[in-house]
Amino acid sequence: MKLSATTLTASLLVTVIAVLLIIPMMLQWERPPMDSTQWGSRGLGMEHIVNPRLAEKLKEKNVLPTPDDPVPNDGKLVKDDHENYKNVQVLGDLDTAQFNRLMGAITLWVAPQDGDNAGCAYCHNTDNMASDEKYTKVVARRMLQMTRTINSTYKTHVAETGVTCYTCHRGMPVPANIWFTNPGPKQAGGFAASRQGQNVAHEPIPAFAALPYDPLTPLLSKPGENIRIVATTALPEGTGGDVRKTETTYALMMHMSTALGVNCTFCHNTRAFSNWQQSRPQRVTAWHGIQMVRDLNANYLGSLANVFPPNRKGPDGDVAKLDCATCHQGVNKPLYGFSMAKSYPELSVPNP
Amino acid sequence: MIEYQNIFTRVQVHGPADYGVPLKPGNWPREKGITTNWLLGVIGDAQVGPIYLGAIGIMSLICGFIAIEIIGLNMLASVDWNPIQFVRQLFWLGLEPPPAKYGLSLAPLREGGWWQMAGFFLTTSILLWWLRTYRRARALGMGTHVAWAFAAAIWLYLVLGFIRPLLMGNFSEAVPFGIFPHLDWTAAFSIRYGNLFYNPFHMLSIAFLYGSALLFAMHGATILAVSRLGGEREIEQIIDRGTASERAALFWRWTMGFNATMESIHRWAWWMAVLCPLVGGIGILLTGTVVDNWYLWAVKHHVAPMYPFDLTAPIGDPAKAQ
Repeated sequence: MKLSATTLTASLLVTVIAVLLIIPMMLQWERPPMDSTQWGSRGLGMEHIVNPRLAEKLKEKNVLPTPDDPVPNDGKLVKDDHENYKNVQVLGDLDTAQFNRLMGAITLWVAPQDGDNAGCAYCHNTDNMASDEKYTKVVARRMLQMTRTINSTYKTHVAETGVTCYTCHRGMPVPANIWFTNPGPKQAGGFAASRQGQNVAHEPIPAFAALPYDPLTPLLSKPGENIRIVATTALPEGTGGDVRKTETTYALMMHMSTALGVNCTFCHNTRAFSNWQQSRPQRVTAWHGIQMVRDLNANYLGSLANVFPPNRKGPDGDVAKLDCATCHQGVNKPLYGFSMAKSYPELSVPNP
Repeated sequence: MIEYQNIFTRVQVHGPADYGVPLKPGNWPREKGITTNWLLGVIGDAQVGPIYLGAIGIMSLICGFIAIEIIGLNMLASVDWNPIQFVRQLFWLGLEPPPAKYGLSLAPLREGGWWQMAGFFLTTSILLWWLRTYRRARALGMGTHVAWAFAAAIWLYLVLGFIRPLLMGNFSEAVPFGIFPHLDWTAAFSIRYGNLFYNPFHMLSIAFLYGSALLFAMHGATILAVSRLGGEREIEQIIDRGTASERAALFWRWTMGFNATMESIHRWAWWMAVLCPLVGGIGILLTGTVVDNWYLWAVKHHVAPMYPFDLTAPIGDPAKAQ
């Protein structure tokens, strides 16, 4: 068969286009096969899809620590040993042996690094352990109260697994996944159109979509904000939100999905997102998680506004806050459901 | 003749320029700029031009240019006039309609005013272009089928950006300009109104959309398959049915028992395509105005089936449990 110039040109054109398409595919897309689990009735697309290669890589980032061996009690409470323990405001009810075991564990969980300002010295003035001169110690005290609140009053979310400092910190003084109010990249002023908090690339919170890039400030920083936007009646009776609010909720959901490494169908039956009866029980757990995060951000992190130095605050001067990724870090059960809190029961008692 | 079996045009006819039929008084004279292009000849007619713009065409282009300019410059402003970021983030950038607080009034430029202005000029441009398709068809003594098909698309556009916001009493209900912004809006819109897939007009629109693609493929394939017998000369075949037409018709009677005629297939195609945006526009128009949650509406009218879910672990709204 004789190839005409037309055929050659056309084939060349198709080849060039194909190559141009394949290059971004190779760079961006995940290759098959995926592991797929069906967990709803057929016909609903209720499937959990996991890339086993990425799941394997995620394990490296979620290494399980070994809890310290239990130690026998000294028989003396911290609050009774006035000679050695001063200014212990939260953990006074602990036996001194348990107190020291916990302090050692916290050091490994939060500031295990070597150096003048690491280890015990990350929070303490090692010449005067009781001193509150370092802001980190004041923060740590509040965080201990927060941990107890989580483990004792938010069992609806953390169940009996509970959390410890390590759940978020993972050996880093500042957890990897925290957030500040995000004003977004600079935009022109004057009478140029405001992009109204959306429509920029490279924003991880809405999973790199053009959705609102800071849904966390309106929806996760304080209790009571309504994220429900779907009408609860078939006909218009004013029960729904507007489309823009929907986009904000949508962006929050994209954050949750990314933070937990799950699809929408992990919680929702996507034929009717808002319908509780047809949702999976995980959605109830997630709902309590949202309430918990709002409470913690407003009442624990928020209470440290005058404690954190400016360099630890966001561009708008707000304190670091937590979201779903802070604990979950890409896994639907943080640290694959391993309960370290069980080995440190003093972290699960209610605050006095 | 055997050359016509190919899916590419392998024979290009280059003759003297074809200026078409004489024009009636009142039309602008035709442009003289006619050229031939070999690459265009690969997929279509190698002759380029004459282009007829006329006053309406020029006004339409100017309005369209203003609209694109408003949208583009505001996108550029949203990345602080950085041309590199403009190119990198182009698909993400957008121009948003006014926030809800402005209702149907003229919004400040910074908060949706530019969107209103861009919408005005884009709509004017599109409507003028529609007039142009109508008038050019008339000038050639043609029917105005193209204009009315275009009008069906304009209907959907106007419903989304103007008519539905008017009925809802708020321009914030309209679609933003921008590639991903309008796609995100679409997804959010469906979620907000309880899943658009339960909207029967959306169902119809999808049926007509997929139907159009199927019908187009069937028709294109049929004509190509009989082009060795002169089947691509469809107009002659309508007037004087030849063996190509006979065979194509028999093929479909053999395979599905019924066939379109050489003429009626084009009516099928036109209606199939036109009904897609026509019913789609109706579906959008009803959303939020008369139906607020399509899933609940579908349950109420026994459209949505109930699937089995786990009754051993019934869950309810935790907000109500507290």
